[in-house]
Amino acid sequence: MIRITRKIEFSAAHLYNNPKLSPEENRRIFGKCNNPHGHGHNYTLEVTVAGEPDPVTGMVLDLKDLKEILQREIIERMDHRFLNYEVPELTGQIPTTENVAQLIWKLLEPKITRGKLDRVRLYESPDLFVDCTRNGTA
Amino acid sequence: MKLTLHRRYTFAASHRLHSPQLSEDENWRAYGKCNNPYGHGHNYIVEVAVSGPVDPETGMIANLADLDSFVQREVLDAFDHTYLNEQVPAFKEMVPTTENVAREIFRRLENFPAARLEGIKIQETSLNSFEFDREKSGGSSS
Repeated sequence: MIRITRKIEFSAAHLYNNPKLSPEENRRIFGKCNNPHGHGHNYTLEVTVAGEPDPVTGMVLDLKDLKEILQREIIERMDHRFLNYEVPELTGQIPTTENVAQLIWKLLEPKITRGKLDRVRLYESPDLFVDCTRNGTA
Repeated sequence: MKLTLHRRYTFAASHRLHSPQLSEDENWRAYGKCNNPYGHGHNYIVEVAVSGPVDPETGMIANLADLDSFVQREVLDAFDHTYLNEQVPAFKEMVPTTENVAREIFRRLENFPAARLEGIKIQETSLNSFEFDREKSGGSSS
């Protein structure tokens, strides 16, 4: 089996606030991320697809197709957006790296029809990233 | 679907690779320049991976402030700007190769209370890195 990884970048704003908690609790738990005006990151997303290369083309999937899926599902939805207010799938959730990575997995999984989505790795910064994998694979 | 959170830390330290079980010549052959009796140093980069359910209240596997303060207390305060051979007790007994540094860091972080420690990746220079993984190690760090 071969794993193939494509990388994209997008920039977005967010803030962490749980309306069920008091302002003091929100500040204590989320710190600077609770700033009501929000703040932003340059996110880097690595998407890995696993599969056997097609005997005719030698490809697991056509990278051009993957590029288009990433453009349509991720860039157009999240790039230069305020995640809390402009991404409906995140309504009612705190847009932590964990939750954004999970959403990206859910958006991409059904769209990858050649090979299988193997890993979504979302970097919020070079020092913080979340991996989303299938159960039982690391 | 499984989620793993990775956080990167750095520390700078010196070490000397020298085994008391080997002769001077054997040490030189095994470790080369790393056997220099005065020691030498690196900027280490440590990636800590933890997993667990996402708390619906916070959207997090573990609060980064808790992870940061735990790693700071258990590892960085003890390792940063030290001579590992002399100042970290574990390395009085074992050679502070990056393999052993990875195991020792795993051991120190294994009991992080808020999430499950999955593994440690440590980069000694940009050209070499070492991983110590709970699954592949059978859960033991010794």
